[in-house]
Amino acid sequence: MTLGLINANPVVQAKKERLVRTQDQYRDDGVDPLDIYEYVRDIRDPEHPYTLEQLSVVSEESVTIDDELDRILITFTPTIQHCSMANIIGLCLRAKLKESLPLHYKVDIRVSPGSHADENGVNKQLNDKERVAAAMENPNLRQLVDECIYSDEI
Amino acid sequence: MTLELLEVDKLEGHTDRVWNVAWNPAAGAGVLASCSADKTVRIWEQSSLSRSWTCKAVLEGTHTRSVKSCAWSPSGKLLATASFDGNTCVWQNFATDSECISVLQGHESEVKSVSWNASGSLLATCGRDKAVWIWEIQPDNEFDCAAILTDHKGDVKMVQWHPTMNVLFSCSYDNTIKVWWSEDESDDYNCVQTLGESNNGHSSTVWVVSFNATGDRMVTCSDDRTIKIWSTDIERMQSGEGYVPWTHLCTLSGYHDRTIYSVHWSRDGIIASGAGDDTIQLFVDSDSDSVVEPAYKLLLKKEKAHEMDINSVQWAPDKDSELLASASDDKTVKIWKLASEP
Repeated sequence: MTLGLINANPVVQAKKERLVRTQDQYRDDGVDPLDIYEYVRDIRDPEHPYTLEQLSVVSEESVTIDDELDRILITFTPTIQHCSMANIIGLCLRAKLKESLPLHYKVDIRVSPGSHADENGVNKQLNDKERVAAAMENPNLRQLVDECIYSDEI
Repeated sequence: MTLELLEVDKLEGHTDRVWNVAWNPAAGAGVLASCSADKTVRIWEQSSLSRSWTCKAVLEGTHTRSVKSCAWSPSGKLLATASFDGNTCVWQNFATDSECISVLQGHESEVKSVSWNASGSLLATCGRDKAVWIWEIQPDNEFDCAAILTDHKGDVKMVQWHPTMNVLFSCSYDNTIKVWWSEDESDDYNCVQTLGESNNGHSSTVWVVSFNATGDRMVTCSDDRTIKIWSTDIERMQSGEGYVPWTHLCTLSGYHDRTIYSVHWSRDGIIASGAGDDTIQLFVDSDSDSVVEPAYKLLLKKEKAHEMDINSVQWAPDKDSELLASASDDKTVKIWKLASEP
């Protein structure tokens, strides 16, 4: 019985076993794709009680880093083409990365090509800094985002 | 002779990103307003003795969300502030006790920009509701809504009145620049031109439009990482022949590699740009003798002008000071001087 969810039957993956990194594997400065992935993998999906990793919305391969300029591109795959939660997921990624990364990093967020019916529309909104800032000043949206990014602390 | 942009001062105090700055037009290069995501507006003054800048007033407790834009009236006596809270406030009395004398309500969501016309009789605002509002100031400092213009198909980022005529320009998330004019000088404004991709316009959100001193050229900047220069025959328009369209003159691309959030044309012809790549760049007319369309050239590039994105660049209103103010996500405002290295 569907409960009015947009995607009532998401495909859920098991969480990957986490490798404990040795000291050698840490970079002295900067971040690498795995660092970024660690920040976002446990964000809870706004609709389902699963993480973005479990729903394959993000993976380590979703992250590209320009080391020299400290710029990050993260792509994510909504569970269905017409997912109206895509913008919320994008906002969650932005909010989590903003509080986790040094301030000077530039972050671009996009849906993975071909994964959403309104790919250009979603990408444009998620990368409009002013729109994102205004959305995060909306208390209802802020609360929803906080519930998703802090869910592992509840 | 090499030109340099020297950092003269760094104004700290805001507790969140600074969205915009505005020089008081009546105070030479001595008074500056800055507005921030911290919901306040700060008024900064330069001491004539020490030449250093201090914060003279903090306008707080009125806006409940980010203040995105601020604009001084031409007389320098009033300051209008536009906020994500949907309101536009008008303030006075900065020397003594800054007072909010009017609150303009009407937009359905965040207000992004506010602009005074050349005579100070009209105010324009715009916002995420895709509307452009024109307000008339009454003798008792009350504001009446004179027009609500709804042609844009997306969030309107900025409104700017022409420097000499009552022609209004707006730029938007819908990638276009629109020109609004009232033929019979009444309240009946219409969109008389739309500059989009088919007119050599921008291919993404247009953030700012700025005019040169004579008002026959304008510069725009965009998320598409280009700066475009447009021109019109302003004398024909001023002579009352009716609306004279703007045409694309030149596109500057490859200079910034992130969204260009701001451009501003100085009174003596230098275009300053500020972008998400943390650089400030200056451009001038290349004065080329070429028969082909006039080109603009890069005068100077200032790398790492701020630690984070630059949201606004504004030249001081007087011709002599060669001062430029910049506002950034790094919560600071910087004052720069354009000087030639001996």
